Amino acid sequence: MMLEVKNLHVKYGNVRALHGIDLCVREGEIVTLLGANGAGKSTTLNAVCGLVRPAAGEIIFNGELIHRLPAFQIVEKKITQAPEGRRVFDTLTVQENLDLGAFTAKNQQRVKKSQEWIFELFPRLFERRDQLAGTLSGGEQQMLAIGRALMSNPRLLLLDEPSLGLAPVLVRQIFKTIRQINQAGVTVILVEQNARLALKLASRGYVMEVGNIVMADSASALLENPEVVQAYLGGT
Amino acid sequence: MEVFFTQLTNGLAVGGIYALIALGYTMVYGVLKLINFAHGDLFTIGAYLGLSLLTSLALTDHVGAAAGIVILAVMVMGLVGVIGILLDRAAYKPLRTSPRLSAVVSALGASIVFSNTVMLVYGPNPRVYPQGILPTQVFEVFGLSVPVMRFVILAASVILMIGLYVFIQRTKIGTAIRAAAIDQDAARLMGINVDRVIMLVFFIGPALGGAAGVMVGLYYGQIKFTMGWIYGLKAFTAAILGGIGNIPGAMVGGLLLGVIESLGAAYISMAWKDAIAFFVLILILIARPTGLLGERVAEKV
Ligand SMILES: Nc1ncnc2c1ncn2[C@@H]1O[C@H](COP(=O)(O)OP(=O)(O)OP(=O)(O)O)[C@@H](O)[C@H]1O
Ligand SMILES: [Mg+2]
Repeated sequence: MMLEVKNLHVKYGNVRALHGIDLCVREGEIVTLLGANGAGKSTTLNAVCGLVRPAAGEIIFNGELIHRLPAFQIVEKKITQAPEGRRVFDTLTVQENLDLGAFTAKNQQRVKKSQEWIFELFPRLFERRDQLAGTLSGGEQQMLAIGRALMSNPRLLLLDEPSLGLAPVLVRQIFKTIRQINQAGVTVILVEQNARLALKLASRGYVMEVGNIVMADSASALLENPEVVQAYLGGT
Repeated sequence: MEVFFTQLTNGLAVGGIYALIALGYTMVYGVLKLINFAHGDLFTIGAYLGLSLLTSLALTDHVGAAAGIVILAVMVMGLVGVIGILLDRAAYKPLRTSPRLSAVVSALGASIVFSNTVMLVYGPNPRVYPQGILPTQVFEVFGLSVPVMRFVILAASVILMIGLYVFIQRTKIGTAIRAAAIDQDAARLMGINVDRVIMLVFFIGPALGGAAGVMVGLYYGQIKFTMGWIYGLKAFTAAILGGIGNIPGAMVGGLLLGVIESLGAAYISMAWKDAIAFFVLILILIARPTGLLGERVAEKV
């Protein structure tokens, strides 16, 4: 097992955001995390990345306990995140954003290769590399957020709502790229509001409600599940 | 013309000093959204440490004036930088997650501690820097005479500013500092140790302030334990003028403030010198609330 989250609790002050969730991810998978607003999806990803500290529970990555590590050391374990809302460094150039993605990288040869691959995945980023990230369109910013997260050559990539606010054409393009990234050997956890597309892409899915995981199944089973269809796939 | 040129060169020399101090305010604000009100006192400490080292080590006797002053400046910058880091550790770091006002109160407390410590160690009376270290010759350009010292002071501050600019814009660590100033959590996701970045900023800012303190000592020959108050206020004004949080803004703001003040003193009234500076600040903030180069609206503290 690549990633194991066991009985994870997270609190923000007095607000309990996660009430002991369990999930796991195998090497090479795409796993999707579905749930309504405020269910705790971003909190789960941020706990894995070390941005929020668990109140209880364990996070194990390739056999190693990582939930006490500060966020900047998680990157060196080869886990990166393209966060919700993209969070690109708006007054830095595209190139500087990408360089920061490789901040921890020691092998410059490796970084060059990653960057070439990222420019292949997102040719637009290459065209815009000297432009300030804040002047990119929403779709381009999302490409940058994903590209930046790939610069350090991660084994596990966490994507938080990559399709947020994008036109349908772009959404399909981003999903296609996520599949390419996965086929190149990067394991992916995908948080999405667009449940149908996410379940078609993923091999397994988890459904979260107010800080709990209420369903865990293969993506194809979830696509057929009446409750999931009712709540997340818009009826029918 | 003679007056104008004299005031202009004097304004640039003083403005360079303001700019160096302003950089400390702006860098700390950029990363922590905190006004380090004790920064003016770090400048004072730099001036006094410079005096102590200058008289006790007699560097300029051993290695000559130019090398002696460079070594002195490096030593003072290192010492004041370390004091800056300690200040952060003691006064600000414990309050990182507290309401903003707590850190402001802590900053004012630290300022009082610093200025009183300087007074207890060095006494309440002004102290004089050894004379004749900087060249006292006068330059003749186009029939106008300017003391060489002004150029030395201006050149020193410009060199430090260019060095900082190149470091911030061109190096990996500099880019990490800029990233942390934009979005700390996103910077963490890149693998940047934000605590380290903050430590570095609390070294560089005070180091530049300390260098400015030595420059004031050498330029005016006299220092006082209260000097950090007015210089700090002016430099803070310069930082706001340029757009707080913006590094080139602090440089431009400092130089501009020095020149305006100096010309104002000559052409309007010496007595109004300080008021002119703040009047200009008000005008610019009415026209451009974010300061000359600022992008984001300065938050209230
Ligand atoms: N920084 C914070 N401080 C306090 N409460 C927070 C914070 N971040 C999240 N929460 C709370 O934790 C709960 C889970 O939030 P989270 O952002 O993980 O949800 P989400 O599933 O990602 O929702 P969305 O789909 O809207 O992004 C919510 O009730 C939210 O209000
Ligand atoms: Mg979310």
